[in-house]
Amino acid sequence: MEPLRFIAEDGGVSDALPLTPDELVRGYRAVFRARLFDERAMTLQRQGRLGVYPPYRGQEAAQVGAVLALRPSDWLVPSYRETGAAIIHGLPMSQAILYWRADPAGWQFPDDLRVLPFYIPIATQLLHAVGVAAAGRYQEEDWVALTFIGDGGSSEGDFHEALNFAAVYDVPVVMVVANNGWAISVPTEKQMKNTRIAERAAGYGIPGVVVDGNDLAAVWHATREAVARARGGGGPTLIEAITYRMGPHTSSDDPSRYRSAEDGKVWEARDPVVRLELALRTLDAWDDARQEALVSEAKAEFEAAVREADAAPEPRPRQIVEHVFEVMTDDARSAWEALEHG
Amino acid sequence: MVDIAVEGPARSEASAGRTVTMVQAINDALDVALTADRRVLLFGEDVGMGGVFRASDGLRDKHGEARVFDTPLAEAGIVGYGIGLALAGMRPVAEIQFAGFLYPALDQILSHLGRYRHRTRGRFTVPMVIRAPYGGGVHTPEQHADSPEAVLAHVPGVKVVIPSDPFRAKGLLLAAIRDPDPVFFLEAIKLYRSIKAEVPAGDYTLDLGKARVVRRGDAATLIAYGGMVAVCLKAAEVAAREGVELEVVDLETLVPFDADTVLASVEKTGRAVVVYEARKIGGFGAEVAARIAEDAIWSLQAPVLRVAGWDAPYPPFGAIEDHYRPSARRVLSAVRQVLAA
Repeated sequence: MEPLRFIAEDGGVSDALPLTPDELVRGYRAVFRARLFDERAMTLQRQGRLGVYPPYRGQEAAQVGAVLALRPSDWLVPSYRETGAAIIHGLPMSQAILYWRADPAGWQFPDDLRVLPFYIPIATQLLHAVGVAAAGRYQEEDWVALTFIGDGGSSEGDFHEALNFAAVYDVPVVMVVANNGWAISVPTEKQMKNTRIAERAAGYGIPGVVVDGNDLAAVWHATREAVARARGGGGPTLIEAITYRMGPHTSSDDPSRYRSAEDGKVWEARDPVVRLELALRTLDAWDDARQEALVSEAKAEFEAAVREADAAPEPRPRQIVEHVFEVMTDDARSAWEALEHG
Repeated sequence: MVDIAVEGPARSEASAGRTVTMVQAINDALDVALTADRRVLLFGEDVGMGGVFRASDGLRDKHGEARVFDTPLAEAGIVGYGIGLALAGMRPVAEIQFAGFLYPALDQILSHLGRYRHRTRGRFTVPMVIRAPYGGGVHTPEQHADSPEAVLAHVPGVKVVIPSDPFRAKGLLLAAIRDPDPVFFLEAIKLYRSIKAEVPAGDYTLDLGKARVVRRGDAATLIAYGGMVAVCLKAAEVAAREGVELEVVDLETLVPFDADTVLASVEKTGRAVVVYEARKIGGFGAEVAARIAEDAIWSLQAPVLRVAGWDAPYPPFGAIEDHYRPSARRVLSAVRQVLAA
């Protein structure tokens, strides 16, 4: 299976490009915002203003391209790596900052936003995405669920069970495997015998697609087709996006302990954001003035988000025992009182 | 067959019913729930044909395959799929074929089921019921007779309900299905067909989170739930013949735990024996005993004793099985100890 690609590493654009220049501009603005958030979030983390943070530098196109195929009524079910995807589906940056600050104010996403919280336990989210997708059919809703997982996550049993449930029930779900080559320090070839994850879709009787995950056009197009198929009753799709995590697993990780610098250089040349900007310039759809405007706009957005996050009310210890059940138990009430009054 | 005295506020309000087994009462509750609320879905392994214990008998025909359906044979899948359905507006009722088969789903249960409301501060909730037959006494093969309620009670954000008779089972199951939070509903296999009681037709619910006194007495308090309530009542009958009146408390809901009812009884009798079928160490009865020690120790005339399964796996069906599960004889032996103290 050769990965689908429309934009070459040098920004050359295939004649078969299935997106309009305007769509590419929209996509570029989105990946740029996602990258800026990620870079600045790492800076905040180093300043001690964020908790442990899992950066996604290098995977922006794989996230953003897929999310751009959604409607606001569709659901996003992200793993911990997909902060960029969540922001592009509508999660306010301030909320994302508060979440990764481990502030209770960041736990509650907006009521009208169909983004489930970031999933830490690997592969468990896929089953929820399948259930969420299936729930629409009982409510005469035509929503689709989009969910993400990494290459390492494909070893989990829940990955298999989710694919099987989705296939057996023909559920409108799209699963994107962001194959970034590494599960922390374990390379894909030590994770699995068959390193082409999309091929496993055949084992479940569903379509599997491989895309160049650093080509936003390829990711967007493949996901758009999968989403349309799902919405039309055609069932689930497994998309494998080949990409690379340019940074550490989390802010606590040091990838130089297990990855070579040469590897990094190879992937630096495939940078999804740079590549898309080059493509836009090739198409005469972008220039320095627009770039400068985007840079200052995105910076201003992030700075405003930080100000908003910093203005969140101080977390209260009593919040530990709130929202365990809808109605607080007597024991929780006693704990709440004790935490509140010391 | 053991007759269980039934108390409860809803009984007087309920319309005339029929005398049924607990599994029939559960079937009835599921039927009522499916009829009353389109969001309710029923699924699990072999659920479509009625389930291995026939709890869903006839429900697929009546409510349609979209709402009463078989799942692939995968417990993590069943629970995870149900969580997703619940997150997006449905009221899933999943059946795990035996509580001892629940373990592949523990990641979903421990990591997500009870955590969702908390980690989203109420933005997302999981109003889901997981039913599972538990416990021994009917000579099942290995692994079919586990009592994992303490494991489940230890999960924050998850309720645990264990009925002890047909009337209670129906009302509690309907309450569980309408509860805004996830509920484990464990059904003692031994009780499915061994007891009958009059169960009202139609819709009624009983409060979750309330223990109840099922037999009044003053000599000592027996505290039990599920399949052990009948054992305690039998022990109390035997004791009564010797003029010893034992009080029996049915916890009914382990989480939220109704400490007040337990403490009030123990403060009255001054003696307590906690009876449960699971392994003794770390069992839910240990929590009950600890709570009595914390809040009622000055009322105690004797140490709190536990009568429970031995510290060994539940034995497979056959000659020695009956020596694992607490019996009325073992309960009475503990009662004699606390009375002698």
